Amino acid sequence: MLELVTISLLNGVVYGLLLFMLSSGLTLIFSMMGVLNFAHASVFMLGAYLSYQCGRWIGFWPALIVAPLLCALAGAVIERYGLRRVHASGHMAEILFTFGLAYVIEELVTMAWGRNAVANNVPSVIDFPLFHVFGSTFPAYKGLMMAMSIAMFVFLYVALRKTRIGLVIQAALTHPRMLSALGHDVPGIFVLVFAIGSGLAGLGGVIGGFMLLTQPTLAQAIGPIVFVVVVVGGLGSLGGALVASLLIGILQTFAVAVDYSLLDLLRTAGIAVARASPIYEVLSIKLATAAPIVPYLMLVLMLIVRPRGLFGTRDV
Amino acid sequence: MSGCACSVVGLGLVIACLAGPASADVKIAFIDPLSGGGAATGILAQKTHQFYIDAINAAGGLNGEKLELLPFDNKVNPQESLIQLKRALDEGARYVVQGNGSSVALAITDAVQKHNERNPGKEVVFLNYAAVDPALTNEKCNFWHFRFDADADMKMAAMTDVIARDAKIQRVYLINQDYSFGKAVAVAASRMLAQKRPDIKVVGDELHPLQKVNDFSPYVAKIKAAGADTVITGNWSNDMVLLIKAGKDSGLKVVWETYYGGSPGAVTAIGEAGVDTLKQVSEWHRNATPELDATVAAFSKRFPGKENEYTYWRAKTMWEMFAAAAKKAQSNDPVKVARALEGMKMTTSLGEVEMRADNHQLLQPLFVSTLSRNVKYDSEDSGLGWKSDAKVEGKATALPTTCRMERPK
Repeated sequence: MLELVTISLLNGVVYGLLLFMLSSGLTLIFSMMGVLNFAHASVFMLGAYLSYQCGRWIGFWPALIVAPLLCALAGAVIERYGLRRVHASGHMAEILFTFGLAYVIEELVTMAWGRNAVANNVPSVIDFPLFHVFGSTFPAYKGLMMAMSIAMFVFLYVALRKTRIGLVIQAALTHPRMLSALGHDVPGIFVLVFAIGSGLAGLGGVIGGFMLLTQPTLAQAIGPIVFVVVVVGGLGSLGGALVASLLIGILQTFAVAVDYSLLDLLRTAGIAVARASPIYEVLSIKLATAAPIVPYLMLVLMLIVRPRGLFGTRDV
Repeated sequence: MSGCACSVVGLGLVIACLAGPASADVKIAFIDPLSGGGAATGILAQKTHQFYIDAINAAGGLNGEKLELLPFDNKVNPQESLIQLKRALDEGARYVVQGNGSSVALAITDAVQKHNERNPGKEVVFLNYAAVDPALTNEKCNFWHFRFDADADMKMAAMTDVIARDAKIQRVYLINQDYSFGKAVAVAASRMLAQKRPDIKVVGDELHPLQKVNDFSPYVAKIKAAGADTVITGNWSNDMVLLIKAGKDSGLKVVWETYYGGSPGAVTAIGEAGVDTLKQVSEWHRNATPELDATVAAFSKRFPGKENEYTYWRAKTMWEMFAAAAKKAQSNDPVKVARALEGMKMTTSLGEVEMRADNHQLLQPLFVSTLSRNVKYDSEDSGLGWKSDAKVEGKATALPTTCRMERPK
C-alpha cells in the first residue's frame, strides 16, 4: 500500500510538473497579452520535433538551447506578422487566428517529418535510473523535467514580479497608451512576451517529447488538458497554474490506482442496487477506468462554482 | 452516372462476353482513418491495398476489368463511416474494404446488410482486413462480411497455448482499451487461462480509455504493485507504444504478451528492454520465412522509408483470394464472388489458408514471436527483430462459431 501511494504520488508530481511546463507559457501569454493561444500545444510539439532534429545534428545539450530559441523566434514572427494585424479585429479574431495556426503547424510538421512518430529517444546522457523506490526505477530525464519545470516557475515569477521589465510588461496590458506615452515600445513588449511564451512551450516540448510520443497528433493529445490547467488555476495566474497542474496530476494518478466504483461506495453505505437496475452499469464503472475524465470534471465543477479559478482575479 | 456504373458492373459478365472488354471499372471503397490519430495505420493500409490492386490490374485485371480503389476518410468514427459508406455507394462501389476499429466494422457490416436487403441486384461485399472483434463472425455475422485477420479469440488461443507451456508464468495482469475489442480480449484471456492453466492467477483486469492516456506510469505502478510477471494486452497504436515506454521507464520486469507489439514505433520505444520480453501474435513477421518474401521487397522498393514498413501480410492473402474467387466465379458480381469465396482454400508461402464457409472467417497460420537480437531481418532499423516461438497451422486456429447466416437465394 505504502509502495503504491509513494509511487503514485511521485508519478502524480511528475505528470503535474509536465502539465505546468505546458501551461506556463500559455498563462504568461494570456496574463500579459490577453490572448488565449490555441496554438500553444502546437508550439510545444514543434519544440519536440526541433529538439529531435537538432539533437541528431548537434547533440542533445546544444539542442536543448537551440530548439526553444527557434520556437521563440517562430513566436516572435507569429506575433509581429500575424497576431498584431489580427489584434485590431478583436479577441474573437485572435482566437480564430491561433486556432487556425494550430492546424497549419500540424500540417507543416506532418510534411516535414511524416505521420508516424519519430524515434525521439531519450539521449544516452540522461538515460539512466536516477534513483530506486520500492524496486521501481526513476529515470533521470524525468528528474531533469521536474527541475526545469520548477526553474520555469521561479524564472517567470521573479522576472514578472521583481524586475523592472516585468513591471513594464504588466503595465503594457492594462495601460498601453500611458506606457507608450512614457516612451516604451509597447508593440515590442508584446513581441517579447509572445516569444518568451513560445520559447517556454518549446523548452517543455524538448523534454516532454521524451515522455510523450513525438508525432503530429501530439498537440491534439495534450491541448485540451492545458486549458483545464489554466482555467482551474485561474486565467492568467502563474501560481494558480502550478497548483492546478500538480492537483490534476496527483488526482488523476491516484484515481487510476483506485479500483472502487460508486456501487462499492453505496454498498458500504448499506444501499444495494439491483443488477437489473438501469443505473447499475453506470454505477459499476471503476474510478480507475474513469480517471482520465477527472480533470474535465474538475473543469466543469470549477466553472460552475468558481468561474475565476483557484487564484484568478477575473472571471472566464 | 453512378447508377449507370453500377448496372454496368452488375451486367459485367454478359457485356464482357458480348461486346469484348467492358470499359467500366470495379470500384472498391477503402473506408479507414486517413487523418487524425489513426492516419499512420490507415495510410499504410491504403498503400498496401493499392499495391495489390495494381498487381491485379497489371496482370490483366479482374475478368478483364480494372480495379479502382476509392479512399474515404472515416476518422475511426462509426457515424462518419456510415456517411462515407453512403458516398461510396453513390459513387458505384460494390466492394468495401475496412479494418481499423471493430466499432466501425460493426457499424459497416450492419449497414451493408441493410443496403443489400433493400437493393437486390446492387449488393455490396465487405472485406474486413483488420477488425478482430469475434462478434463479427459470430452473433453479428452475415453473408456479406469476410474477415481476413484472425479474430481476437483465435489470437488469444494461440497466445495462451504458448503461455500454458511456460511454467515461469504465474501472475498475469490484463490491461486493455475500454471498447468492444479491448473487452473481448480481456474476457477471452480470463476464460482461456482458467481452462489451460488454472494455477495462473489473474492479478489485475484493467480497462483504460481508448487512445486518450498520455502517461501510463500510474498503470505501470499498479501492475508492479500487483506483483505481475506477465502482462496481456490488446492495445494498439499509441496505447501500445506509451504503455511499454512507461514500463521501460520504471524498470518494470514483465513479459509483454501482445497483439500489436509490432505496432509502428513500439519496437523503437522499448528498444533493448524488449529483447526476450516483448511478444506478439500475428499472421506474419519479417522472419516468419527464412527469406523475405518477394512481395515485401517489391513493396519496400515502391514505398521506401521507415513509416512504410510492410505490415499487412493478410492484405496479400485477401487480394489473392479475391482475384481467385472472381476467376472461379467468372464474374465480378459481388454475390457470385462472395459465393466463390465461401470455403475457398489456397496455399500461401506460409501454409494452408481457408475461408470458412460457416462464418466467413479466414483460417491462416498464426505466429507467436519474440523480439530478439540475432535475427536476419530487423524492424524499424533497430537491429532488433521478431523470432518465431511457435507456429499454429490455420486449421488448428478454428474455434466454434455461433454464426447462423442467411444466404441470398
